[in-house]
Amino acid sequence: MTHVLDPTAPGRPVAPGAPDAFADVTRSDAAFRAFLHGLPGVDQVGAEARAAQLGTRSIKTTAKAWAIDTAISMVDLTTLEGADTPGRVRSLAAKARRPDPADGSCPQVAAVCVYGDLAGVARDALAGTGIHTAAVATAFPSGRASREVKLADVRDAVAGGADEIDMVIDRGAFLSGRYLDVFDEVVAVKEACGDAHLKVILETGELRTYDAVRRASWLAMLAGGDFIKTSTGKVSPAATLPVCLVMLEAVRDFRAATGTQVGVKPAGGIRTTKDAIKHLVMINEVAGPDWLDPVWFRFGASSLLDDLLLQRQKLRTGHYSGPDHVSVV
Amino acid sequence: MSERLEVRKTYKLYVGGKFPRSESGRTYPVADGRGHFVANAAKASRKDARDAVVAARAAFAGWSGATAYNRGQVLYRVAEVMEGRAAQFAEEVAAGEGLSAAKARAAVDAAVDRWVWYAGWTDKLAAVLGGTNPVAGPYFDFSVPEPSGVVAVLAPQRSSLLGLVSVLAPVLATGCTAVVVSSLQRPLPAITLSEVLATSDVPGGVANLLTGDAAEIGPWLAEHADVDGIDLTGAGTAAMELERSAAGTLKRVLRAPADEPDWTGDPGLSRMTPFLETKTVWHPIGV
Repeated sequence: MTHVLDPTAPGRPVAPGAPDAFADVTRSDAAFRAFLHGLPGVDQVGAEARAAQLGTRSIKTTAKAWAIDTAISMVDLTTLEGADTPGRVRSLAAKARRPDPADGSCPQVAAVCVYGDLAGVARDALAGTGIHTAAVATAFPSGRASREVKLADVRDAVAGGADEIDMVIDRGAFLSGRYLDVFDEVVAVKEACGDAHLKVILETGELRTYDAVRRASWLAMLAGGDFIKTSTGKVSPAATLPVCLVMLEAVRDFRAATGTQVGVKPAGGIRTTKDAIKHLVMINEVAGPDWLDPVWFRFGASSLLDDLLLQRQKLRTGHYSGPDHVSVV
Repeated sequence: MSERLEVRKTYKLYVGGKFPRSESGRTYPVADGRGHFVANAAKASRKDARDAVVAARAAFAGWSGATAYNRGQVLYRVAEVMEGRAAQFAEEVAAGEGLSAAKARAAVDAAVDRWVWYAGWTDKLAAVLGGTNPVAGPYFDFSVPEPSGVVAVLAPQRSSLLGLVSVLAPVLATGCTAVVVSSLQRPLPAITLSEVLATSDVPGGVANLLTGDAAEIGPWLAEHADVDGIDLTGAGTAAMELERSAAGTLKRVLRAPADEPDWTGDPGLSRMTPFLETKTVWHPIGV
């Protein structure tokens, strides 16, 4: 663990944006494996108990109102269906700009997340709003394509207008221990992104252990990812609280070791306001309040926004609302 | 041989086809007519009511979309299962309402008959309440009654089984889904009825039974934007206030009678029509 504790260890820069302090750990497959496997193991029972315990916090009244507005501003409003059309993306963009048409005080969401071919439609519909256009790329969701195809996918999405790219890692390579391959791919994708933000999807549902989640998180951060994201939303289990806990610990430790802050995006399976608030509590307790910002934390979701709006209406009007009272996409 | 220990029961709610505890964790003791402890019942909170509305809304598409004939079959099956548990119902009605065994048994029989009666109405309502309309124009014009959605039912406080069945069955027969708040003092027949519903063919969420205080939960249901109708029979003195809150979201309201009626009388269609909406179709005809 000397690498973690000693940011001044000698090395060479390998990737744009990657901290020099860890340059040497990626000099060979063996060194990288030794580093990733040298990360402290995750106490599975402890992580699950801590996540469950943080989930019991009671957040009410003004704190709840703040949490709901914060959560809305962190939503990456997502549509990743084969049946997506430009019209659907435009109506999603309209919802992103004005989530609750009846209430002008409702904040905008952070981004709209679509497939790469629809990035241009989303960008045009969001022009001038400050809402980001995120596109999934690199043969999402499986990641099963050659590197040339993946990079072309990324360039295409960026050229189309995406300013955030959600890439998937090659889980096959990761699980068979070819960490440096995965690392090189993330570095190459980051390069292809240019100015666009890169979110690295770990697909934690396929990584099986929390140890692997921690390793994948460090790998993605070392390779220059701006965000680490739990899941594609196409695999179950998707974002669970303990997985998010492990990732929040990883970004916290990474900033402590390197000074570089990386964002976290849980995606998939977060459908209720209660789930969202549990995540906010966990950010505050595990990573710290610095991450309680749409720049550093996002929810990848589609139906979550509706529940947040219903709860917001409940707080505003004093009575329960219903799904007839939120806009459909 | 030692004496057998009493099995003391703490019942739960019936929401979405499952038996959850109250979200609030509250229970309250239920006493029989003479004041002796019988069991603990869950005391539902406003959040349980909210969850029940979500479950009822989710079940509405399937229940209202089922054929009227199928709904009749399912409801008839409920009456069959009730009949099998008649002895338990009679015991609970006798204890709760302070009736003699014979009178309690008569109330249970009437409740089962009432359920069968409503089961028979499912596929006849459209014929009786709808039909073709003679119009002055080249149109085939017809009206059909349609269920309005989720109905909140504040069940009668005194008649714990016959009264309950008389307010719940018509709602289900029309194709609406129901969130019922049972009698506060006499919830046991409602709890047993929820066990009957769970073991018959009624899809989860179609009927949700909450035990607890209608005065506490009623206002939340009356104001809830996703409740389409409310039956105020068991609301007591709060009925007027609830009617006023229900107006805020344009609910269909079945007003509370001045005093709890005699449930043994012929109910007629008066409890089914308030929660139906009439759809009229103008279909052009030509040569």
